[in-house]
Amino acid sequence: MNLFYYAAPQTFYPLAGRMARVFYALAAALGAAGLYIGFFVAPTDAQQGEGYRIIFIHVPTAWMSMFLYVVMAFWAAVGLSFNTRLSAMMAQAIAPTGAWMTFLALWTGALWGKPMWGTWWVWDARLTSELILLFLYLGFMALQAAIDDPRRADRAGAMLAIVGVVNVPIIYFSVQWWNTLHQGASVSLTRSPSMATTMLWGMLVMALAFWMYCLGATLTRVRAIILERERRSDWARDLARGAKAGKEASA
Amino acid sequence: MKWQSLEHFLAMGGYALYVWGSYAVTVAVVALELALLRARTKAARRAAAAAPVPGDDA
Repeated sequence: MNLFYYAAPQTFYPLAGRMARVFYALAAALGAAGLYIGFFVAPTDAQQGEGYRIIFIHVPTAWMSMFLYVVMAFWAAVGLSFNTRLSAMMAQAIAPTGAWMTFLALWTGALWGKPMWGTWWVWDARLTSELILLFLYLGFMALQAAIDDPRRADRAGAMLAIVGVVNVPIIYFSVQWWNTLHQGASVSLTRSPSMATTMLWGMLVMALAFWMYCLGATLTRVRAIILERERRSDWARDLARGAKAGKEASA
Repeated sequence: MKWQSLEHFLAMGGYALYVWGSYAVTVAVVALELALLRARTKAARRAAAAAPVPGDDA
């Protein structure tokens, strides 16, 4: 299989549709399994009671918020370096999903902070750098939307995305570099996990579910972006008209 | 079974507001994003279908 064959928007469009369906199915199955483990297998926490169950959303969305930013910056850099159209479209497709994941990490963090710390929000390093991540996503989207020429918008957005990558290690290591209210990493490669095995499994399965969902949503969005940008091409028009005719015929 | 009853499950040991507030907003965000994606795809399809055929516009 020639990978470059799928680097063209026209050939990637149908492939992305098939992949998105697979990822949505995986997300649903893993989500169901993760919620079952999280609510019916994982034990009550000794210190936080049932309140800790926010972890099954909070940690996966926080991981995805950082991971998606790195992937977005990667595709933006590839697009900037090789002038490949699909790479820039991928970066553009990731941003809204990344922003939603960041919002959810902040939202669930606030709802977890209130009962455990006694406050919804505190300007500590972890929370502040995660809020900056949200602004970076929103800034990337606003910058792209503000420039009419899509290729120029891609280049400007790519610069912002790449510069903003510096924030990701700051978020990740903030709990070590500064004295923060936020607890340290729950999972580490260098030491054994600090929680019950079933809690850890619930968290990992939920993280996989969110990962699959983000892949599905990103691929669905990149299809819309491909159509938007290629709407004046023969293949996009034929595809859209064909789909319309098919719909009318089946109705 | 971990939970004694549905009431116990819903009460979440007194953390119902925080736990269900997290899960409800997450479900709402996912539903909203999927709805926005569907609307955007439909609009893109319409725009592409309405594009003129070259040489057809004489």
